Amino acid sequence: MGYMEIIIGSIFVNNIVLSRFLGICPFLGVSNKVSTSLGMGGAVIFVMALSSVFVWLIQDLVLIPLGIEYMQTITFILVIAMLVQMVEIILKKLSPSLYQALGIFLPLITTNCAVLGVALILVQNEFTLLQSIAFATANAIGFTIALVLFAGLRERIELSNAPTAMKGVPVSILTAGLLAMAFMGFAGLV
Amino acid sequence: MIMNKIQIFSKGLIKENPTFVLLLGMCPTLGTTSTAINGMSMGAATMFVLVMSNIAISLIKNIIPDKVRIPAFIVVIASFVTVVQLCMQAYVPALYETLGVFIPLIVVNCIILGRAEAFASKNGIFASALDGLGIGLGFTLSLTLIGAVRELLSSNSIFDYTFEFLPGNGVLLFALAPGAFIVLSYLLVLFNKYLKK
Repeated sequence: MGYMEIIIGSIFVNNIVLSRFLGICPFLGVSNKVSTSLGMGGAVIFVMALSSVFVWLIQDLVLIPLGIEYMQTITFILVIAMLVQMVEIILKKLSPSLYQALGIFLPLITTNCAVLGVALILVQNEFTLLQSIAFATANAIGFTIALVLFAGLRERIELSNAPTAMKGVPVSILTAGLLAMAFMGFAGLV
Repeated sequence: MIMNKIQIFSKGLIKENPTFVLLLGMCPTLGTTSTAINGMSMGAATMFVLVMSNIAISLIKNIIPDKVRIPAFIVVIASFVTVVQLCMQAYVPALYETLGVFIPLIVVNCIILGRAEAFASKNGIFASALDGLGIGLGFTLSLTLIGAVRELLSSNSIFDYTFEFLPGNGVLLFALAPGAFIVLSYLLVLFNKYLKK
């Protein structure tokens, strides 16, 4: 598979939130403001790209040679949790300004199913190391784009006058449906 | 005492329904409910993990040091998820293929970690099992309902039992991604209007 195909395919055609349904919790949870959703997106790009390298190395150097692929789920979730923790500590030391910007979002990422989901998908597809990094980064960018678009829409919806039973979450989810419909237009692009 | 136990079990069905009230575990709720049977299987798999991890965690709650309790819970949950994964791969391979990545993703389902933290780590075995059963059943019923509505609208059938509901072959959109969001949204509206007090 070509890199262009992987990148366009995972940002637009199979958008991780709107078509694969991964990472819905942060998608609904931290999309109140465009600025916070940008912060969350940045943190996800960082962690997802990094975790794809670790996951690929563990899969190819440890799990496959030992023949214990069924330990994937347990290993990957622990690796991701450890990685998030490590990134937090390193970032705090090296770049306090970046830590200020991403800090509060980092602990939330451990339970973000998008990170584990992407790790599992790239192992399933048997990508090479470079392909894995491209796939993970593109998916994280797709996540950020969906999140920021949705936050922009939600800022407007807050001001609109919805029926009582529909206020808050239901109308947001309905909007997400419309956004997903718009993204369906990309089908067949790759 | 018995009333209390019934309450622990029944609160997950409506009052603290994980899908429609707490809005937890949204990824499998949207991702696996293209048909009623898929939704129900996903719910059942989650319920199994929830009950087993609640029991295990309430058994070992006094041994786990407070500082590392979250990683310990995650390991317990991940173990049961692996059990489910291997069993499904062995006995229902077709279903395992359909649900795909969402089976291992039960690990990061916030409902399970949430119940471990909020209930199982403070209560006895029997109460924890009942709590898992109640919340799990609430989740399964919600997923089955969403799946049934989507299947009905997209292919005029429920649990593969076909009948004439919409003229023609149904609206394909409801089997696809946007349909999941739209059906969930309208079911939430109905739930808010009629069941939530």
